[in-house]
Amino acid sequence: MTDPIIKFDAVGKRFGSVTVLDGLDFEVAEGEKVTIIGPSGSGKSTILRILMTLESISDGVVYVGGEPLWHERKGGNFVPASESHLREMRRLLGMVFQSFNLFPHMTVLRNLTEAPVRVLGLSRAEARERGLELLDMVGLADQAKKFPHQLSGGQQQRVAIARALAMRPKIMLFDEPTSALDPELVGEVQAVIRQLAEEHDLTMLLVTHEMRFAREISDRVCFIDGGRIREEGAPEEFFTNPKEERTRDFLHAILADN
Amino acid sequence: MLFGIEWDTSDNLTFAISILPILMRGLWVTLQAAVLGFFVAMVLGLVLAALKAVPARIVSWPTRVIAEFLRDTPLLIQLFFLYYVLPEFGLILPAFLTGALALGLQYSAYLSEVYRAGIEAVPRGQHEAARALDLTPRDTFIRIILPQAIPRIIPAMGNYLVAITKDVPILSVVTVLELLGVARIIGDRTFNYLVPLTMVGGIYLILTLLASYGVRRLDRSLPKTGIPLK
Repeated sequence: MTDPIIKFDAVGKRFGSVTVLDGLDFEVAEGEKVTIIGPSGSGKSTILRILMTLESISDGVVYVGGEPLWHERKGGNFVPASESHLREMRRLLGMVFQSFNLFPHMTVLRNLTEAPVRVLGLSRAEARERGLELLDMVGLADQAKKFPHQLSGGQQQRVAIARALAMRPKIMLFDEPTSALDPELVGEVQAVIRQLAEEHDLTMLLVTHEMRFAREISDRVCFIDGGRIREEGAPEEFFTNPKEERTRDFLHAILADN
Repeated sequence: MLFGIEWDTSDNLTFAISILPILMRGLWVTLQAAVLGFFVAMVLGLVLAALKAVPARIVSWPTRVIAEFLRDTPLLIQLFFLYYVLPEFGLILPAFLTGALALGLQYSAYLSEVYRAGIEAVPRGQHEAARALDLTPRDTFIRIILPQAIPRIIPAMGNYLVAITKDVPILSVVTVLELLGVARIIGDRTFNYLVPLTMVGGIYLILTLLASYGVRRLDRSLPKTGIPLK
Protein backbone atom coordinates (compact mmCIF):
# COMPACT_ATOMS: atom_id res chain seq x y z
CA MET A 1 0.00 0.00 0.00
CA THR A 2 1.26 3.48 -0.85
CA ASP A 3 1.21 6.24 1.71
CA PRO A 4 -2.31 6.89 3.00
CA ILE A 5 -3.96 10.09 1.74
CA ILE A 6 -5.64 10.52 5.14
CA LYS A 7 -4.05 9.53 8.39
CA PHE A 8 -5.24 10.17 11.95
CA ASP A 9 -2.39 9.59 14.38
CA ALA A 10 -3.61 9.28 17.99
CA VAL A 11 -6.10 12.10 17.48
CA GLY A 12 -8.07 13.33 20.45
CA LYS A 13 -10.97 15.74 20.36
CA ARG A 14 -12.67 17.13 23.40
CA PHE A 15 -15.55 19.58 23.73
CA GLY A 16 -15.11 20.88 27.26
CA SER A 17 -15.21 17.78 29.45
CA VAL A 18 -16.73 15.55 26.74
CA THR A 19 -14.27 13.35 24.88
CA VAL A 20 -15.45 12.81 21.32
CA LEU A 21 -12.35 11.24 19.80
CA ASP A 22 -10.06 9.27 22.03
CA GLY A 23 -6.63 8.57 20.55
CA LEU A 24 -8.08 7.75 17.16
CA ASP A 25 -5.84 5.96 14.64
CA PHE A 26 -7.33 5.80 11.19
CA GLU A 27 -6.01 5.63 7.64
CA VAL A 28 -7.52 5.94 4.19
CA ALA A 29 -5.64 5.02 1.02
CA GLU A 30 -5.83 7.19 -2.09
CA GLY A 31 -8.90 6.32 -4.13
CA GLU A 32 -10.39 4.25 -1.33
CA LYS A 33 -14.11 4.45 -0.54
CA VAL A 34 -14.58 4.19 3.22
CA THR A 35 -17.82 4.27 5.18
CA ILE A 36 -17.89 5.17 8.85
CA ILE A 37 -20.81 3.91 10.88
CA GLY A 38 -21.58 4.09 14.55
CA PRO A 39 -24.09 5.27 17.11
CA SER A 40 -24.91 8.97 17.31
CA GLY A 41 -22.41 10.88 19.38
CA SER A 42 -19.71 8.36 18.54
CA GLY A 43 -17.59 10.99 16.80
CA LYS A 44 -18.09 9.87 13.22
CA SER A 45 -19.19 13.27 11.92
CA THR A 46 -16.42 14.88 13.94
CA ILE A 47 -13.87 12.97 11.85
CA LEU A 48 -15.23 14.59 8.70
CA ARG A 49 -15.53 18.02 10.31
CA ILE A 50 -11.93 17.85 11.48
CA LEU A 51 -10.81 16.97 7.95
CA MET A 52 -12.83 19.86 6.51
CA THR A 53 -11.19 22.14 9.14
CA LEU A 54 -14.56 22.98 10.67
CA GLU A 55 -13.37 21.56 14.01
CA SER A 56 -9.85 21.68 15.40
CA ILE A 57 -8.19 18.78 17.20
CA SER A 58 -7.16 18.53 20.83
CA ASP A 59 -4.33 15.97 20.53
CA GLY A 60 -2.40 14.05 17.92
CA VAL A 61 -1.75 14.79 14.28
CA VAL A 62 -3.95 14.53 11.19
CA TYR A 63 -2.21 14.09 7.83
CA VAL A 64 -3.80 14.80 4.49
CA GLY A 65 -1.77 13.97 1.40
CA GLY A 66 1.23 13.39 3.64
CA GLU A 67 1.11 16.91 5.09
CA PRO A 68 -0.05 17.69 8.62
CA LEU A 69 -3.49 19.34 8.41
CA TRP A 70 -3.72 21.15 11.72
CA HIS A 71 0.03 21.73 12.04
CA GLU A 72 2.85 23.20 10.03
CA ARG A 73 6.40 21.98 9.99
CA LYS A 74 8.76 24.57 11.36
CA GLY A 75 12.39 23.64 11.87
CA GLY A 76 11.55 19.97 12.41
CA ASN A 77 8.78 20.79 14.87
CA PHE A 78 5.03 20.91 14.43
CA VAL A 79 3.44 24.24 15.23
CA PRO A 80 -0.31 24.99 15.03
CA ALA A 81 -1.38 25.65 11.45
CA SER A 82 -1.84 29.18 10.20
CA GLU A 83 -5.00 30.19 8.34
CA SER A 84 -3.08 30.23 5.05
CA HIS A 85 -1.90 26.65 5.60
CA LEU A 86 -5.48 25.60 6.32
CA ARG A 87 -6.67 27.40 3.19
CA GLU A 88 -4.15 25.53 1.09
CA MET A 89 -4.99 22.17 2.64
CA ARG A 90 -8.75 22.69 2.26
CA ARG A 91 -8.31 22.71 -1.52
CA LEU A 92 -7.80 18.94 -1.35
CA LEU A 93 -11.17 18.35 0.27
CA GLY A 94 -14.82 18.79 -0.58
CA MET A 95 -17.75 18.23 1.75
CA VAL A 96 -21.43 17.41 1.39
CA PHE A 97 -23.54 18.28 4.43
CA GLN A 98 -26.58 16.60 5.90
CA SER A 99 -28.56 19.85 5.54
CA PHE A 100 -27.21 20.66 2.03
CA ASN A 101 -26.21 24.21 3.00
CA LEU A 102 -26.72 25.58 -0.48
CA PHE A 103 -26.54 29.36 -0.73
CA PRO A 104 -30.27 30.24 -0.87
CA HIS A 105 -29.78 33.64 -2.51
CA MET A 106 -27.84 32.24 -5.47
CA THR A 107 -29.13 30.35 -8.46
CA VAL A 108 -28.15 26.71 -8.74
CA LEU A 109 -25.47 27.55 -11.30
CA ARG A 110 -24.14 30.46 -9.24
CA ASN A 111 -23.82 28.08 -6.28
CA LEU A 112 -21.46 26.04 -8.46
CA THR A 113 -19.48 28.92 -9.93
CA GLU A 114 -18.96 31.30 -7.00
CA ALA A 115 -16.08 29.50 -5.30
CA PRO A 116 -14.28 28.40 -8.50
CA VAL A 117 -14.29 32.04 -9.64
CA ARG A 118 -13.30 33.53 -6.26
CA VAL A 119 -10.93 30.85 -5.04
CA LEU A 120 -9.54 29.03 -8.07
CA GLY A 121 -9.52 32.16 -10.21
CA LEU A 122 -11.52 30.67 -13.07
CA SER A 123 -13.21 33.10 -15.45
CA ARG A 124 -17.01 33.31 -15.22
CA ALA A 125 -17.31 31.59 -18.60
CA GLU A 126 -15.01 28.71 -17.64
CA ALA A 127 -16.77 28.25 -14.32
CA ARG A 128 -20.19 28.24 -15.98
CA GLU A 129 -19.12 25.67 -18.53
CA ARG A 130 -17.70 23.44 -15.84
CA GLY A 131 -20.73 24.05 -13.61
CA LEU A 132 -23.13 23.02 -16.36
CA GLU A 133 -21.13 19.85 -17.01
CA LEU A 134 -21.39 18.94 -13.35
CA LEU A 135 -25.10 19.72 -13.25
CA ASP A 136 -25.50 17.48 -16.25
CA MET A 137 -23.63 14.75 -14.40
CA VAL A 138 -26.04 14.92 -11.45
CA GLY A 139 -28.99 15.10 -13.84
CA LEU A 140 -29.99 18.71 -13.15
CA ALA A 141 -28.76 20.65 -16.20
CA ASP A 142 -32.29 21.99 -16.75
CA GLN A 143 -32.44 23.47 -13.23
CA ALA A 144 -29.41 25.77 -13.56
CA LYS A 145 -31.36 29.03 -13.37
CA LYS A 146 -33.60 28.07 -10.46
CA PHE A 147 -33.04 28.96 -6.82
CA PRO A 148 -32.47 26.21 -4.26
CA HIS A 149 -35.88 26.61 -2.58
CA GLN A 150 -37.52 25.76 -5.91
CA LEU A 151 -35.93 22.30 -5.86
CA SER A 152 -36.76 19.16 -3.91
CA GLY A 153 -34.45 18.06 -1.11
CA GLY A 154 -32.97 15.34 -3.28
CA GLN A 155 -32.26 17.80 -6.06
CA GLN A 156 -30.72 20.25 -3.59
CA GLN A 157 -28.38 17.59 -2.29
CA ARG A 158 -27.35 16.65 -5.83
CA VAL A 159 -26.56 20.33 -6.47
CA ALA A 160 -24.52 20.36 -3.24
CA ILE A 161 -22.53 17.37 -4.47
CA ALA A 162 -21.89 19.12 -7.79
CA ARG A 163 -20.87 22.29 -5.91
CA ALA A 164 -18.28 20.41 -3.90
CA LEU A 165 -16.96 18.70 -7.04
CA ALA A 166 -16.63 22.05 -8.81
CA MET A 167 -13.60 22.75 -6.59
CA ARG A 168 -11.92 19.60 -7.95
CA PRO A 169 -11.14 18.02 -4.58
CA LYS A 170 -9.14 14.81 -4.28
CA ILE A 171 -11.14 13.74 -1.25
CA MET A 172 -14.91 13.95 -0.91
CA LEU A 173 -16.54 13.90 2.52
CA PHE A 174 -20.21 12.94 2.82
CA ASP A 175 -21.74 13.70 6.21
CA GLU A 176 -25.02 11.74 6.38
CA PRO A 177 -25.98 13.02 2.93
CA THR A 178 -29.40 11.38 2.88
CA SER A 179 -30.46 11.71 6.52
CA ALA A 180 -32.46 14.90 5.99
CA LEU A 181 -34.29 13.57 2.94
CA ASP A 182 -37.77 12.13 2.56
CA PRO A 183 -37.47 8.38 1.98
CA GLU A 184 -38.54 8.55 -1.66
CA LEU A 185 -35.72 11.03 -2.43
CA VAL A 186 -32.89 9.01 -0.89
CA GLY A 187 -32.41 6.85 -3.98
CA GLU A 188 -31.59 9.64 -6.42
CA VAL A 189 -28.86 11.03 -4.15
CA GLN A 190 -27.40 7.60 -3.52
CA ALA A 191 -27.36 6.97 -7.27
CA VAL A 192 -25.20 10.06 -7.79
CA ILE A 193 -22.80 9.06 -5.02
CA ARG A 194 -22.65 5.51 -6.35
CA GLN A 195 -21.85 6.79 -9.83
CA LEU A 196 -19.08 8.94 -8.37
CA ALA A 197 -17.67 5.97 -6.49
CA GLU A 198 -17.69 3.77 -9.58
CA GLU A 199 -16.47 6.18 -12.21
CA HIS A 200 -13.95 8.37 -10.40
CA ASP A 201 -10.74 7.74 -8.57
CA LEU A 202 -11.78 10.19 -5.86
CA THR A 203 -11.08 9.22 -2.29
CA MET A 204 -14.44 9.09 -0.54
CA LEU A 205 -15.32 9.13 3.12
CA LEU A 206 -18.97 8.58 3.96
CA VAL A 207 -20.85 8.77 7.23
CA THR A 208 -24.27 7.15 6.94
CA HIS A 209 -26.95 5.11 8.60
CA GLU A 210 -27.91 3.41 5.34
CA MET A 211 -26.27 0.03 5.78
CA ARG A 212 -27.24 -1.42 2.42
CA PHE A 213 -25.80 1.60 0.66
CA ALA A 214 -22.62 1.40 2.74
CA ARG A 215 -22.25 -2.22 1.77
CA GLU A 216 -22.71 -1.45 -1.92
CA ILE A 217 -20.25 1.37 -2.41
CA SER A 218 -17.52 0.91 0.18
CA ASP A 219 -14.15 -0.77 -0.06
CA ARG A 220 -14.05 -0.76 3.71
CA VAL A 221 -16.46 -0.16 6.57
CA CYS A 222 -15.36 1.21 9.94
CA PHE A 223 -17.41 0.94 13.08
CA ILE A 224 -16.66 3.71 15.55
CA ASP A 225 -17.87 3.90 19.12
CA GLY A 226 -16.64 5.95 22.05
CA GLY A 227 -14.22 7.89 19.86
CA ARG A 228 -12.27 4.90 18.55
CA ILE A 229 -12.51 2.48 15.67
CA ARG A 230 -13.85 -0.73 17.18
CA GLU A 231 -13.93 -2.84 14.07
CA GLU A 232 -13.23 -2.46 10.39
CA GLY A 233 -13.21 -4.63 7.32
CA ALA A 234 -14.40 -5.26 3.80
CA PRO A 235 -18.18 -4.76 3.72
CA GLU A 236 -19.03 -8.39 2.90
CA GLU A 237 -17.08 -9.72 5.85
CA PHE A 238 -18.06 -6.85 8.12
CA PHE A 239 -21.80 -7.16 7.67
CA THR A 240 -22.08 -10.95 7.48
CA ASN A 241 -19.58 -11.86 10.13
CA PRO A 242 -18.87 -9.02 12.58
CA LYS A 243 -16.35 -10.04 15.22
CA GLU A 244 -17.02 -7.63 18.01
CA GLU A 245 -19.96 -7.86 20.36
CA ARG A 246 -20.58 -4.11 20.09
CA THR A 247 -20.65 -4.19 16.30
CA ARG A 248 -23.16 -7.02 16.35
CA ASP A 249 -25.37 -5.12 18.80
CA PHE A 250 -25.21 -1.98 16.73
CA LEU A 251 -25.93 -3.71 13.43
CA HIS A 252 -28.72 -5.62 15.05
CA ALA A 253 -30.35 -2.47 16.38
CA ILE A 254 -30.02 -0.48 13.19
CA LEU A 255 -31.08 -3.29 10.85
CA ALA A 256 -34.12 -4.01 13.02
CA ASP A 257 -34.97 -0.33 12.61
CA ASN A 258 -34.93 -0.40 8.82
CA MET B 1 -41.79 86.92 8.66
CA LEU B 2 -39.37 84.05 8.21
CA PHE B 3 -37.49 82.93 5.08
CA GLY B 4 -39.18 85.90 3.40
CA ILE B 5 -42.62 84.48 3.99
CA GLU B 6 -45.20 86.60 5.86
CA TRP B 7 -47.74 85.19 8.25
CA ASP B 8 -51.30 86.27 8.92
CA THR B 9 -52.37 86.12 12.57
CA SER B 10 -55.99 87.23 12.10
CA ASP B 11 -57.34 83.85 13.18
CA ASN B 12 -55.83 80.41 13.93
CA LEU B 13 -56.82 78.77 10.64
CA THR B 14 -55.48 81.60 8.48
CA PHE B 15 -52.38 81.67 10.65
CA ALA B 16 -51.90 77.92 10.21
CA ILE B 17 -52.24 78.14 6.44
CA SER B 18 -49.88 81.09 6.23
CA ILE B 19 -47.09 79.40 8.21
CA LEU B 20 -47.39 76.03 6.47
CA PRO B 21 -44.88 76.93 3.72
CA ILE B 22 -42.43 78.08 6.42
CA LEU B 23 -42.82 74.83 8.32
CA MET B 24 -42.26 72.92 5.07
CA ARG B 25 -38.86 74.63 4.79
CA GLY B 26 -38.09 73.33 8.27
CA LEU B 27 -39.41 69.88 7.39
CA TRP B 28 -37.10 69.77 4.39
CA VAL B 29 -34.11 70.43 6.67
CA THR B 30 -35.38 67.78 9.11
CA LEU B 31 -35.61 65.19 6.36
CA GLN B 32 -32.17 66.07 5.03
CA ALA B 33 -30.63 65.76 8.49
CA ALA B 34 -32.40 62.45 9.10
CA VAL B 35 -31.38 60.95 5.76
CA LEU B 36 -27.79 62.15 5.95
CA GLY B 37 -27.50 61.01 9.57
CA PHE B 38 -29.00 57.65 8.71
CA PHE B 39 -26.64 57.20 5.79
CA VAL B 40 -23.66 57.86 8.08
CA ALA B 41 -25.15 55.42 10.59
CA MET B 42 -25.67 52.68 8.00
CA VAL B 43 -22.09 52.85 6.74
CA LEU B 44 -20.45 53.31 10.13
CA GLY B 45 -22.78 50.76 11.75
CA LEU B 46 -21.74 48.12 9.23
CA VAL B 47 -18.08 48.89 9.90
CA LEU B 48 -18.66 48.60 13.66
CA ALA B 49 -20.59 45.33 13.23
CA ALA B 50 -17.85 43.85 11.04
CA LEU B 51 -15.11 44.92 13.48
CA LYS B 52 -17.07 43.55 16.44
CA ALA B 53 -17.25 40.20 14.66
CA VAL B 54 -13.48 39.97 14.13
CA PRO B 55 -12.16 37.03 16.19
CA ALA B 56 -9.06 38.94 17.33
CA ARG B 57 -9.95 40.62 20.64
CA ILE B 58 -7.51 43.44 20.02
CA VAL B 59 -9.88 44.60 17.25
CA SER B 60 -13.29 43.55 18.56
CA TRP B 61 -12.89 44.74 22.13
CA PRO B 62 -12.10 48.43 21.49
CA THR B 63 -14.89 48.45 18.91
CA ARG B 64 -17.32 47.21 21.54
CA VAL B 65 -16.22 49.92 23.94
CA ILE B 66 -16.69 52.63 21.32
CA ALA B 67 -20.13 51.33 20.31
CA GLU B 68 -21.19 51.03 23.93
CA PHE B 69 -20.00 54.56 24.62
CA LEU B 70 -21.94 55.94 21.65
CA ARG B 71 -25.08 54.08 22.68
CA ASP B 72 -25.01 54.85 26.39
CA THR B 73 -24.30 58.56 26.43
CA PRO B 74 -27.08 61.05 25.63
CA LEU B 75 -27.32 62.35 22.10
CA LEU B 76 -27.38 65.91 23.43
CA ILE B 77 -23.98 65.49 25.08
CA GLN B 78 -22.47 64.04 21.93
CA LEU B 79 -23.96 66.90 19.95
CA PHE B 80 -22.57 69.54 22.34
CA PHE B 81 -19.22 67.82 22.26
CA LEU B 82 -19.03 67.95 18.48
CA TYR B 83 -20.41 71.50 18.32
CA TYR B 84 -18.50 73.19 21.17
CA VAL B 85 -15.41 71.04 21.81
CA LEU B 86 -14.21 70.09 18.34
CA PRO B 87 -13.76 73.76 17.31
CA GLU B 88 -11.24 74.08 20.17
CA PHE B 89 -9.15 71.57 18.24
CA GLY B 90 -9.59 73.59 15.07
CA LEU B 91 -12.31 71.45 13.53
CA ILE B 92 -15.22 73.72 12.71
CA LEU B 93 -18.19 72.22 10.92
CA PRO B 94 -21.45 73.96 9.97
CA ALA B 95 -24.25 73.36 12.50
CA PHE B 96 -26.23 71.21 10.07
CA LEU B 97 -23.32 68.88 9.34
CA THR B 98 -22.39 68.68 13.01
CA GLY B 99 -25.96 67.72 13.84
CA ALA B 100 -26.24 65.09 11.12
CA LEU B 101 -22.88 63.68 12.16
CA ALA B 102 -23.95 63.45 15.82
CA LEU B 103 -27.13 61.63 14.83
CA GLY B 104 -25.16 59.33 12.55
CA LEU B 105 -22.61 58.50 15.24
CA GLN B 106 -25.15 57.55 17.86
CA TYR B 107 -27.34 55.61 15.47
CA SER B 108 -24.33 53.76 14.04
CA ALA B 109 -24.04 52.09 17.43
CA TYR B 110 -27.73 51.08 17.34
CA LEU B 111 -27.50 49.90 13.74
CA SER B 112 -24.37 47.87 14.44
CA GLU B 113 -26.52 45.81 16.82
CA VAL B 114 -29.17 45.43 14.11
CA TYR B 115 -26.55 44.24 11.64
CA ARG B 116 -25.12 41.88 14.26
CA ALA B 117 -28.51 40.31 14.93
CA GLY B 118 -29.12 39.93 11.19
CA ILE B 119 -25.71 38.39 10.64
CA GLU B 120 -26.13 35.97 13.53
CA ALA B 121 -29.52 34.89 12.18
CA VAL B 122 -27.82 33.41 9.10
CA PRO B 123 -27.49 29.68 9.80
CA ARG B 124 -24.10 28.27 10.80
CA GLY B 125 -24.25 25.87 7.87
CA GLN B 126 -23.77 28.81 5.52
CA HIS B 127 -20.46 29.70 7.17
CA GLU B 128 -19.42 26.06 7.10
CA ALA B 129 -20.29 25.62 3.43
CA ALA B 130 -18.34 28.77 2.58
CA ARG B 131 -15.36 27.54 4.56
CA ALA B 132 -15.53 24.10 2.95
CA LEU B 133 -15.41 25.87 -0.43
CA ASP B 134 -12.34 27.77 0.78
CA LEU B 135 -13.91 31.21 0.35
CA THR B 136 -12.00 33.89 2.25
CA PRO B 137 -13.64 35.38 5.36
CA ARG B 138 -14.08 38.61 3.39
CA ASP B 139 -15.82 36.93 0.42
CA THR B 140 -17.92 34.90 2.85
CA PHE B 141 -19.10 38.05 4.61
CA ILE B 142 -19.77 40.13 1.50
CA ARG B 143 -21.18 37.48 -0.84
CA ILE B 144 -22.73 34.84 1.39
CA ILE B 145 -23.67 36.30 4.78
CA LEU B 146 -24.56 39.93 4.07
CA PRO B 147 -26.98 39.30 1.17
CA GLN B 148 -28.89 36.91 3.44
CA ALA B 149 -28.74 39.20 6.47
CA ILE B 150 -29.97 42.40 4.80
CA PRO B 151 -33.58 41.34 4.08
CA ARG B 152 -33.88 40.20 7.69
CA ILE B 153 -32.84 43.59 9.07
CA ILE B 154 -34.89 45.90 6.83
CA PRO B 155 -37.86 46.18 9.26
CA ALA B 156 -35.59 47.08 12.19
CA MET B 157 -33.73 49.54 9.95
CA GLY B 158 -37.01 51.20 9.06
CA ASN B 159 -37.88 51.63 12.72
CA TYR B 160 -34.54 53.33 13.35
CA LEU B 161 -35.08 55.62 10.37
CA VAL B 162 -38.32 56.75 12.01
CA ALA B 163 -36.54 57.11 15.35
CA ILE B 164 -33.71 59.20 13.92
CA THR B 165 -36.28 61.52 12.29
CA LYS B 166 -37.89 62.00 15.69
CA ASP B 167 -34.50 62.87 17.20
CA VAL B 168 -33.76 65.64 14.68
CA PRO B 169 -35.45 68.36 16.83
CA ILE B 170 -32.52 68.09 19.24
CA LEU B 171 -30.43 69.78 16.55
CA SER B 172 -32.43 72.97 17.14
CA VAL B 173 -30.32 73.60 20.26
CA VAL B 174 -27.27 74.13 18.05
CA THR B 175 -29.17 76.57 15.80
CA VAL B 176 -30.16 74.16 13.03
CA LEU B 177 -33.41 75.49 11.58
CA GLU B 178 -35.27 72.21 11.33
CA LEU B 179 -39.01 71.77 11.79
CA LEU B 180 -39.24 72.30 15.55
CA GLY B 181 -36.73 75.17 15.54
CA VAL B 182 -38.72 76.99 12.89
CA ALA B 183 -41.97 76.44 14.82
CA ARG B 184 -40.42 77.84 17.98
CA ILE B 185 -39.20 80.97 16.21
CA ILE B 186 -42.70 81.52 14.83
CA GLY B 187 -44.07 81.09 18.38
CA ASP B 188 -41.49 83.49 19.82
CA ARG B 189 -42.38 86.17 17.30
CA THR B 190 -46.17 85.85 17.30
CA PHE B 191 -46.74 84.73 20.91
CA ASN B 192 -48.84 81.94 19.40
CA TYR B 193 -47.16 78.65 20.24
CA LEU B 194 -50.31 76.56 20.08
CA VAL B 195 -50.72 76.57 16.31
CA PRO B 196 -47.14 75.98 15.13
CA LEU B 197 -46.35 73.34 17.76
CA THR B 198 -49.60 71.49 17.09
CA MET B 199 -48.78 71.53 13.41
CA VAL B 200 -45.30 70.13 14.08
CA GLY B 201 -46.86 67.29 16.06
CA GLY B 202 -49.32 66.62 13.26
CA ILE B 203 -46.65 66.68 10.59
CA TYR B 204 -44.54 64.21 12.59
CA LEU B 205 -47.52 61.93 13.06
CA ILE B 206 -48.24 61.85 9.31
CA LEU B 207 -44.55 61.33 8.56
CA THR B 208 -44.24 58.41 10.98
CA LEU B 209 -47.41 56.71 9.77
CA LEU B 210 -46.28 57.00 6.17
CA ALA B 211 -42.83 55.64 7.00
CA SER B 212 -44.26 52.67 8.93
CA TYR B 213 -46.55 51.88 6.02
CA GLY B 214 -43.62 52.11 3.60
CA VAL B 215 -41.47 49.79 5.72
CA ARG B 216 -44.26 47.21 5.92
CA ARG B 217 -44.72 47.31 2.15
CA LEU B 218 -40.98 47.02 1.57
CA ASP B 219 -40.70 44.12 4.01
CA ARG B 220 -43.43 42.18 2.23
CA SER B 221 -41.82 42.64 -1.17
CA LEU B 222 -38.35 41.51 -0.07
CA PRO B 223 -37.10 38.05 -1.05
CA LYS B 224 -36.87 36.10 2.19
CA THR B 225 -33.89 34.03 1.05
CA GLY B 226 -31.65 37.02 0.48
CA ILE B 227 -30.63 39.46 -2.20
CA PRO B 228 -30.67 37.24 -5.30
CA LEU B 229 -27.42 36.66 -7.16
CA LYS B 230 -28.01 35.22 -10.61
